Amino acid sequence: MRRIISVLMENAPGSLSRIMGVFSQRGYNVDSLCVAPTADQSLSRLTIITEADDKVTEQITKQVNKLIDVLRVAELTDSAHVERELMLIKVSTLTEVARAEVKRNVDIFRARILDVTSQHYTIEVTGTSDKLSAFSDVMAQCAEITESARTGVCGLSRGDRALRP
Amino acid sequence: MRMMSGAAMVVEALKDVGVTHLFGYPGGAVLDIYDALFAQDVVKHILVRHEQGASHMADGYARATGKTGTVLVTSGPGATNTLTGIATAYMDSIPMVVLSGQVPSMHIGEDAFQETDMVGCSRPVVKHSFLVKRAVDIPKAIAQAYYIANSGRPGPVVVDLPKDIVNVQDSHPYVFPDDVTMRSYNPTLKGHNKQIKKAVACLLKAKRPVLYVGGGSIASEASEVITYLAERLGAPVTSTLMGLGAFSSVHKQFVGMLGMHGTLEANKSMHNADCIISLGARFDDRVTNNVEKFCPHADIIHVDIDPASISKIVNAHVPVVGSVKTVVNQIHAVLDEHDLSGQEEKLADWWEQINDWRARKCLDYVQGDTVIKPQKVIQALYEHTNGEAYVSSDVGQHQMFAALYYPFAKPRRWINSGGLGTMGFGLPAAMGVQFALPDACSVVVTGDGSIQMNIQELSTCLQYNLPIKIISLNNRALGMVRQWQDMNYKGRHSHSYMDSMPDFVKLAEAYGHVGIKVDTLDQLDDAMKRCFAEKERLVFMDIAVDQNEHVYPMQIKYGAMDDMRLSKTERT
Repeated sequence: MRRIISVLMENAPGSLSRIMGVFSQRGYNVDSLCVAPTADQSLSRLTIITEADDKVTEQITKQVNKLIDVLRVAELTDSAHVERELMLIKVSTLTEVARAEVKRNVDIFRARILDVTSQHYTIEVTGTSDKLSAFSDVMAQCAEITESARTGVCGLSRGDRALRP
Repeated sequence: MRMMSGAAMVVEALKDVGVTHLFGYPGGAVLDIYDALFAQDVVKHILVRHEQGASHMADGYARATGKTGTVLVTSGPGATNTLTGIATAYMDSIPMVVLSGQVPSMHIGEDAFQETDMVGCSRPVVKHSFLVKRAVDIPKAIAQAYYIANSGRPGPVVVDLPKDIVNVQDSHPYVFPDDVTMRSYNPTLKGHNKQIKKAVACLLKAKRPVLYVGGGSIASEASEVITYLAERLGAPVTSTLMGLGAFSSVHKQFVGMLGMHGTLEANKSMHNADCIISLGARFDDRVTNNVEKFCPHADIIHVDIDPASISKIVNAHVPVVGSVKTVVNQIHAVLDEHDLSGQEEKLADWWEQINDWRARKCLDYVQGDTVIKPQKVIQALYEHTNGEAYVSSDVGQHQMFAALYYPFAKPRRWINSGGLGTMGFGLPAAMGVQFALPDACSVVVTGDGSIQMNIQELSTCLQYNLPIKIISLNNRALGMVRQWQDMNYKGRHSHSYMDSMPDFVKLAEAYGHVGIKVDTLDQLDDAMKRCFAEKERLVFMDIAVDQNEHVYPMQIKYGAMDDMRLSKTERT
């Protein structure tokens, strides 16, 4: 089952490698990873997507929580939450018809075109991972995908639940 | 404010955290620190012969005392040589701090001479590590390293010190921190009251309870409260390899070690129990055998300071996160509200059953007239040391014989590499014990394979006059490997035999010690007498034992706890 694990940790050198170490040495998967400092610059917030059953998820959260640099660990998929991922995708279009089709789909998916050249569109799209994949599929049908980059999912609990230090 | 060099700060901080012994080996990156050590005599430096030896000495020192062991090594090979020792301490939750030199900051990443990424190399086997970037951070890093190493679930911590920050020419303000607490690290010591009540209810309901005691009971100094708990409940007690001595092995309620080479009565008790309370043990695969068949009738109360250990292998019905000692005291407080007078009667049937299993005398063996059985040597050792020795062990058959045939009445007397199973651990560990406790009887039980893995430390023993007694069970083979080859590989002894053994007596003498060779049973007793009469000197006893002896009992792979071989021909 797909899990979203959220980690609050010290924004210090080596913290991230320790967390990734737990995953590699204990044989857990990382499907995506998103990390950046929080509003409090001394802390970093990490969102990890992994595929795991209940027992493995419990071990992941416990083993990560055990690291000295880690303040809090929560599994967001436990309860109501919001999650978003951002994708930048560059497509090449040679015909007018294709350019129109790309533009129409950008509107349908509420994406944004960030850069235009005579043959390329670079598009920003935000949403759930499924939406991004769907958009990518649609683009593949109406144009040629030159390259794309995804941030990995980041998420927060709904309501007043929060990871605080 | 005192001003000093980074190197002096390292030494000053060690003094401030109370370090008295430092096991180390100098080299380029730590010469400044060695220069600072030279100027003082509070921290005693012990010059080893190999850095792995230093790490095991610090480990033995920690196991015997509960204090954090300290290692100082140079960068590169000096640092990597300690990795086996660090991993050994990590697996057994032993407090240790390893100070490693590092190439100067500006050369990190350049593949400089004797550079290794020590923080990276050690990452999977440390509790935490520091790469100190500024001299002024040295006191805090060292103070936190010791705090982390010896609180919560103890473990090894690496402090990597680049050469430029410890330069003896520089001068920086020295401030030892008043407070080392960290917002991200707060070990839970006290169990949750609701869980304690559940645990007590479970224990009182039980008709066939077992106390399953592990290394955490020793780390938390819980022997007394556990003994009282066992006596109040009238329940049998078993111990893991790591927990031996936490509950006296000569107590009438002790049913022996459990697990792969556990006693019949211990494994039978576990398998048939209706309630098991695990006190600082972690359901290791060398205990559980096949987890699917593990203790099918039991409610499991799992007390551990590390939440990640709970329900990792076996699902706990009543998880309790906390220090064993604190939690057992909380259990006592709840038990105070109950009438326990009916316990003895309630458990009478259970004890009758256990005594039947005991009557099988699973540790009996047949000693002939001439060839010495390894078990016999351990029993002789027990008699000649009055059961009072600190026994450090290497890894293999001799380790299991020592665990089974030398009953430990007190905690911290049994020093062995349980989790990692590190051959070469015994001698340096016994040296650490002897440094910590100069008047103690420090014994190594080893074999002809293991002893050769760190034998160079015999030289260190002479330098510091350590009167250690080495009891080497020489069977001219890697006994445990050979046993498995006998049992699982149709007796094909692939590379488990050494036909070029050194003359250990001459070897001991070459290092300036006493060597005694024992070949036959009639020589054993006199030789032991001679050995322990040598109060001031190290004695190496090279004792020829039966090459074909196997360690029994032994669990049968994929079976339940109590599926065991009792001898070469008998099974449960």
